[in-house]
Amino acid sequence: MTVTALLFASYADVLRRESIEFTLPLGSTVSDVLARVRALPGGAVLPPTPLVAVNHEYARADVVLSSGDEIAIIPPVAGG
Amino acid sequence: MRSAIVDEEIDPVGLLDEVARDSNGASVLFVGTVRDTNSGRPVTGIEYACYGPMAVRELASICAEAAERFATVDIVVEHRIGHLSVGDASVCIAVGHARRASAYDASRYVIEQIKRRLPIWKREEYTDGTREWIDPTAVAVVGPQS
Repeated sequence: MTVTALLFASYADVLRRESIEFTLPLGSTVSDVLARVRALPGGAVLPPTPLVAVNHEYARADVVLSSGDEIAIIPPVAGG
Repeated sequence: MRSAIVDEEIDPVGLLDEVARDSNGASVLFVGTVRDTNSGRPVTGIEYACYGPMAVRELASICAEAAERFATVDIVVEHRIGHLSVGDASVCIAVGHARRASAYDASRYVIEQIKRRLPIWKREEYTDGTREWIDPTAVAVVGPQS
């Protein structure tokens, strides 16, 4: 299955991209996506447990993904 | 009740007008603005970025929660994105309520939830030409000066 990881702000700057497509085995989780991102140059910028949203809703690392899911890896928010 | 992520100047008085109602005994307006220093560094402006679809959804959820907790539908919130200068309003929250205590509490709830979970980021720009993404969770390290 194919999923898309979205990067923002400092994470996008360090990893030099705003989105990445991954082809993963069925049953893959948010954790698997984070591991793939960490393996990229600059991936060490991610903290041990970054905020993540799946399809616009905050999600835990053990959430099982479906094909087409959008996984946003969210830097510390700073609204206001 | 209304919430929006906007890329143009916010009209705080307009928001206040939206929550006016004869049965309300109080209206509270919170305006967050860009200040000229942060952690001792002179700031010239801030670039706000967001995860648009989620920010819209999350801000609407925050307003709905505040409406339910504090029993008022008169809540209007706008958060601005893009480039802002010192003094510009980045966020405005208007709440109308029969009672002032609940109006204050609802306003406080909305801004605290925005700070906690709205997927918006800001990159400060400094007088020396540098700029930096702000991490509110970062711990400032202060040590003896050599």
